[in-house]
Formats: sequence, C-alpha cells, structure tokens
Amino acid sequence: MITAERKPLEEIIAYVRPFDRILLVGCNECVTVCAAGGRKEVGILSSALQMAFLKQGKNLQVKEHTLERQCDPEYVEELSSMIDGADAVLSMACGCGVQEVARRYRDKPVFPAVNTTFMGASERQGVWAERCQGCGDCLLGITGGICPIARCSKQLMNGPCGGSTHGKCEISPDVDCAWQLIWDRLKALGLEDRYEEIMPAKDWRTGRGGGPRKIIREDLAE
Amino acid sequence: MKPFEPVIVAFCCHYCAYTAADMAGSQRRCYPPNVRIVRVPCSGKVDTIHILKAFEKGADGVYVAGCLDGDCHFKNGNIRASRRVASVKGLLDEIGIGGERLEMVKVSAGMGDRFADIAEQMTEKIRELGPNPIHAARTAA
Repeated sequence: MITAERKPLEEIIAYVRPFDRILLVGCNECVTVCAAGGRKEVGILSSALQMAFLKQGKNLQVKEHTLERQCDPEYVEELSSMIDGADAVLSMACGCGVQEVARRYRDKPVFPAVNTTFMGASERQGVWAERCQGCGDCLLGITGGICPIARCSKQLMNGPCGGSTHGKCEISPDVDCAWQLIWDRLKALGLEDRYEEIMPAKDWRTGRGGGPRKIIREDLAE
Repeated sequence: MKPFEPVIVAFCCHYCAYTAADMAGSQRRCYPPNVRIVRVPCSGKVDTIHILKAFEKGADGVYVAGCLDGDCHFKNGNIRASRRVASVKGLLDEIGIGGERLEMVKVSAGMGDRFADIAEQMTEKIRELGPNPIHAARTAA
C-alpha cells in the first residue's frame, strides 16, 4: 500500500486559514489501511480543525466526505455535487488523490493534509515499513523475495557492504541489512549459487531515471 | 458571576471503573457531580473521535478509566487505551486545548474510594485550569 502520515496541524491550519468553508476528503484505500486519511481520520481532523479555529474566534465549516478511491476520476466525480459549497478542498489521500482532485476541479484550491511517504507493508499493528520503490524492473525473483532497492540503504545490487554487522545496517541498529536477509533466505531455499552471480549495474531508465512514467494498456485504453 | 464548575466526561469501562462508581455509591462515598459517566464495554473502545467530540461539545476535562494493568477483560484494551490517550494528549496540545485536560486512569471494580478520589482530583485540576477554551470562544461568539 501507499503509506502516509498526517501533516502537523499547524501546517494544515495555515493552508485553510484564508477560507471559511472546507471540503475535507478522505480515501477508502491505502490511507485508510495505514490510518492516515480514511473516514475515521477525516472525522478526527474535521473536529480538530473546527476546534482550533473556534479557539481563534472563527467558525470554520467543514464538510466531510470519503471517496472509495481518490486516484480514480470515476470516484472523484462524486465531489461535483458538493464542490460548489466549499471554498477549498483539503485532501487526506496520497499525492495521487490530491492531484486527481486538483485536475478535476481546476477552480478550487486543493491542499494535502498528509505527507505521502512510501510503498510499504504492515509489519505489525501500527507499524509500516518500506518494501518497494517502483523501480519498474522487479528483481525479487532473483533476490529471494527481498528487495535490495527498497531495503538496502545503498541500493546495492551486489551486497552486503562493509557496514553490515550482525544482520543490521550501519545506518541504524533498527534497520535489517537487506543483503543479510537475502543471503539467509537464499540459503533457506537452497539457492546459495544464485548469490554467486554478479548482478550487472541496474538500468534506472525503467524507474524515475526516465522521467515521469505512464502505463498504456492498448487492450484497455480508450 | 457564578464560580466556574467544570464539566468532566469520564469514559468508564463496564468491568472496572463503572462498577467502582457503583461501589462508591454503595459505600455512601460522595464525589463531585461535575463528572458525567459514559459507560463503555472496555476502555479500549474509546476512540480518538469520542474524546474530541466531548471537548467539541463543551467538556472541560475528560478521563478514560480502565482496568488495572493485566486485568483487562479483553486482555489489553486498557493498554491500548493508555497509548491512545497519550496520542490524543498530543493532538489536544496541537489544537490548543491542552493535553493536561485529558487523563487515563486505572481502577479495579472494588476501588470505590479510588474512583471517588480520582473524580475529586480531576475536578480540582480542571477547576484550576479553567474552562475549555473552545467552549469559552463559542460562548463569546
């Protein structure tokens, strides 16, 4: 999922201060799962904003709405019936959702209420960790299902480096060495030979090195 | 001008604090009428939004009363409640209400006296802090 964290309230307040009526939009997808911008968080932020402004003597009107998915035009269209009643939109979706709302409703200022952070997985209740960087050329098939791009601090293709100690990365004792994990996994699978193969330098053009990316599925695109 | 009498909302776990309030009554122990009790099935059931809404609707103080450590009927609801309360305290500071208006307390069902003591202490503390600034701003507006 795409993970996010709510911005500091002070920053959000600064965004919406010039406006009297706000449409606060959440998303039922990734940000709901990582407890950053779902229906529940929309309710909490709405209440917090209204109280913060009331303390300053201002009655901020907040209309709450949570879309099934904020990164798809079909769902963003739902806002058309309520957009006129708002001076600005505050989005609790990831950056994709914020941009989709901004693209559809050009005459409304749209502000992010969360910082989109990374593509990750849930390690345990309340803990999410980065797992993928969307490099566009997945290596997991040869690294035992552990990504050296997302999980090695240096993104090494042939690790580990000298900073690996007792299975931990030199940047922090809380960070596993991805290459230690890869080696342990390959060994458990009886695939140690795979580790001996030198991986060539990665072609970053499939990632961000090639500029903004787009997928066009000829069989689906209209 | 009438002296300030705080409104305090106490979210009380059915299995401990709510019964402790009953116990205080059985013991003929008085506690301040400022405390309004909301019975919940477990302190872990109390969500951030419940606490915020209490303040939004004009409460001057809120406390969540759960079971003693290790005694939760649902295993760890009281521990979750403690963490949540700590997090909401931070949010209340951000809002400008002040995290000190919110507390997490732990009592057992038999602690009628402790329940009454907590009600008295919380009432006194909030009385010193003064009215919820949100409520005051709304009244002025």
